[in-house]
Amino acid sequence: MRSEPAMPETTARAKEVTAEPDLEEIEVRELIRVIPAHHARANDPEAGDLPGAMNLDAVSAWYGAFRAVRDVSMAIPSRQVTAMIGPSGCGKSTLIRTLNRMHEVIPGSRVGGRVELDGQDIYGSTVDPVRVRRVVGMVFQRPNPFPTMSIFDNVAAGVKLAGPRPDRPVAEIVEHSLRRAALWDEVKDKLASRAVALSGGQQQRLCIARALAVEPEVLLMDEPCSALDPIATAKIEDLVRELRDSVTIVIVTHNLQQAARISDQTAFFFVDEARSGHLVEIGPTSAIFVAPREQLTQDYVSGRFG
Amino acid sequence: MSIPIRTGSRAPTSSARSAGDRIFRVLSLGVAGMILLIVAGIFAQLALGSAEAFALFGLGFLTGQTWDVSMLVFGALPFIAGTVATSVLAMLLAVPLGVATAVFLSEIAPRRLAIPMTLLVELIAAIPSVVIGLWGVMILGAFLRDGVEVPVVGAFGELPFLGSAASGSDLLAASLLLALMITPTIVAITREVLSTIPQSHREAFLGLGATRWETIRAVVLPQARTGIIGASLLALGRAMGETMAVTMTIGNADRLPSGLFDPAQTIASKLATSWGEASDGVERSSLIALGLVLLFLALALVLATRLLARGSLRRSGIGR
Amino acid sequence: MNRMTDTGPVPARISLEPTVAEASRRRRDRAWTWACFAAAGTIVFLLGAIVAMVVINGLRSLSVQFFTEEMFGYEEGGALAAILGTLQIVPLATLIAAPIGVLAGIYMAETPDGRVAGLLRLATETLAGIPSVVIGIFAFTVIVVPTQTYSAFAAIVAIAVIMIPLVARSTEEIVRLVPGSVREASLALGIPQWRTTVSVVIRTAAAGILTAIMLAVARGAGETAPLILTNVGNQSVNVGDLGNAMDSLPLFIYFNSGLPSEFLIGQAWAASLVLLAFVLVINVAVRARTIGRRAA
Repeated sequence: MRSEPAMPETTARAKEVTAEPDLEEIEVRELIRVIPAHHARANDPEAGDLPGAMNLDAVSAWYGAFRAVRDVSMAIPSRQVTAMIGPSGCGKSTLIRTLNRMHEVIPGSRVGGRVELDGQDIYGSTVDPVRVRRVVGMVFQRPNPFPTMSIFDNVAAGVKLAGPRPDRPVAEIVEHSLRRAALWDEVKDKLASRAVALSGGQQQRLCIARALAVEPEVLLMDEPCSALDPIATAKIEDLVRELRDSVTIVIVTHNLQQAARISDQTAFFFVDEARSGHLVEIGPTSAIFVAPREQLTQDYVSGRFG
Repeated sequence: MSIPIRTGSRAPTSSARSAGDRIFRVLSLGVAGMILLIVAGIFAQLALGSAEAFALFGLGFLTGQTWDVSMLVFGALPFIAGTVATSVLAMLLAVPLGVATAVFLSEIAPRRLAIPMTLLVELIAAIPSVVIGLWGVMILGAFLRDGVEVPVVGAFGELPFLGSAASGSDLLAASLLLALMITPTIVAITREVLSTIPQSHREAFLGLGATRWETIRAVVLPQARTGIIGASLLALGRAMGETMAVTMTIGNADRLPSGLFDPAQTIASKLATSWGEASDGVERSSLIALGLVLLFLALALVLATRLLARGSLRRSGIGR
Repeated sequence: MNRMTDTGPVPARISLEPTVAEASRRRRDRAWTWACFAAAGTIVFLLGAIVAMVVINGLRSLSVQFFTEEMFGYEEGGALAAILGTLQIVPLATLIAAPIGVLAGIYMAETPDGRVAGLLRLATETLAGIPSVVIGIFAFTVIVVPTQTYSAFAAIVAIAVIMIPLVARSTEEIVRLVPGSVREASLALGIPQWRTTVSVVIRTAAAGILTAIMLAVARGAGETAPLILTNVGNQSVNVGDLGNAMDSLPLFIYFNSGLPSEFLIGQAWAASLVLLAFVLVINVAVRARTIGRRAA
């Protein structure tokens, strides 16, 4: 079972990735200048009309008596990439799981506050979590393809749940999803073989294809690259940039460069003795990295701790 | 930990060291040899003891339907059939019930409920079968007779597959009791296997918008398949070899099983009921031959379990 | 950039109301959840009913006499002979089975790839799979036949044979859990292999091995079938004479349950309660730790 609170080894892993030679030379601010996409997207006036926008109002999350997330309020605009950063234990992985009601799967867990998807409360009394997860898909920290299923069946698994669709055969959806996940060319000749035989990076892209196959409006990614090598990580990052046009993406990451490279807006979370995981600052990615309002954010993005 | 650690000056001589090692090795090998001897001895003794019966009846012993002490004619078929009938009926009930119970305990029930229920089910597996047999004959048998069999026979007369004796000591009572006895085995092992499946696999499917049941069906149970089959084999072995609970509830009639409400006999119950009065010679030899048949059935299950375990090891990534 | 031409017309707002198909899937989920609950409830109820009936009926018939007197005829007496018999047969069987089982288990754990160990593993697995009634036949042919009498000794051997694989297999598992580093540290200090095994490994695994033995004792105490084949015909107190038959609690339950006497059937319930209490106390004591650990 994953547990966000107290997980020092994740930090260590993040640092390793951070220390990649081709990245360490480049300052984060340099990266911001290299990739100007955020500015364009953040200012796109029509983006607000598209589906898949979320709004959080005073969201808190508990594991039993332990409060992992405290009173987070923020907006997740449609068809943008929102990155959640912060040190280990700051509640970002817990928070992302409240966005598709996966947090409540853990026994003894509880969510407070309000999470809206296109203006509707996903914790409303008539809302079925199954429906929410259909619209808000999820990719996990470690690739977790279903070990008993073939590559094809992994991607088709979610599609088949809803029953046969007269307009589109399953095979077509599978191919389309694998193409969107940039995996089709690598697996098209071995769709019937077991998914666990793929490499880690391929498995993670398979998991992305699997999530895309049910055509979600929002895709949650909980540190999707933390178990991958730099090359596989780069592929996933390319993918995120491409997918942004068709789906809202929320990504939790320990890797600041990654957040800078791929996100439109960034939310910084923090935890200390005084306050459990809370939101310190949110804004356009360039602003968070170049000119944050809070000193804490400044210290974090400049690598002074965490 | 207080291990006497000897320093350089008082280091044990190499001969002392090797003497100790040798004694330990000889002791271990002796014990190993003893266990091998016991197993070989069981096979040998049963083969020797049953030689007289097989010499007289040949393989016809297995298909003979008569067991007549006065005529000295002995055939094993009624007991083989009784063993198969009770075991199969018990498995038909116990496997679905046991798997469903394990699924409830490990996938559905809140921990407050799951822990005491699990403890109870696992403890029951330890109750001596003679105690369960006493409950079976006094409580279950009486309930089946008065609550089920007599009313059914009274209303419909003799039905096919049911029979008419309706005494409460019959195939039905024995099979139900057996099912109850082997279910905890299936629950315990299945639960254990389910608990080894990573939570991330469940979450992946839930995250695609699957219901809990769909997740259990498509992700959890397929991964537990090998374990469930292993549990079932183990339970089947217990059911076939179970002596006391069956002996006390099956009615002990030396004939082919005719109906659920009719008495019957299994190999094990036949041994328990007839051993004491058996005369040495053909009758004893025939009883030992029954034991040999049971031994081979048990052996087949042990080998099947081994093959299963080996197969699941080879298929890496799944099962244990 | 013009998003409208990129993605076509703006899709309809997302609805969180369940579709018809989803509503029916939800009903299926509920139905199966209830089915699993019903299965678990039935099993727990029936198993609970066994314990409850043994406790109720047993308490009704339990008396001081039960522990202090032999059986006289059909209407009077107690289970003294059976209790004393079980108190001799089970410890003696344990005395035989425990050292053999523990040594065999350690041997299998310490030489995991050896040919003898592999053979031994197959043998213990086979032995564990052999029905106890068959082991009764074995004890009959090797002891009752040569001595020409049913005896407690034959029963002790049969029960020991049943207990050996239980002890051996659990011991193997437990000793395997001892971290290799503990072993290597000891070997590195120049302590011979056998001393390492005996003092370090056994001491580290002692609690687990004791647990394994206790569970085997609980199992052995309830074994009935082998006794019926090797050790019947004496309902009087027999202390120390292993060459003759000896009563025991399982036999007492079996034979009294078949007799047409309310009193004797009551005695069978009382004996069941005593046996059940013994077995459950051992199991609860042993499992309380395991369950606690699992919950953590």
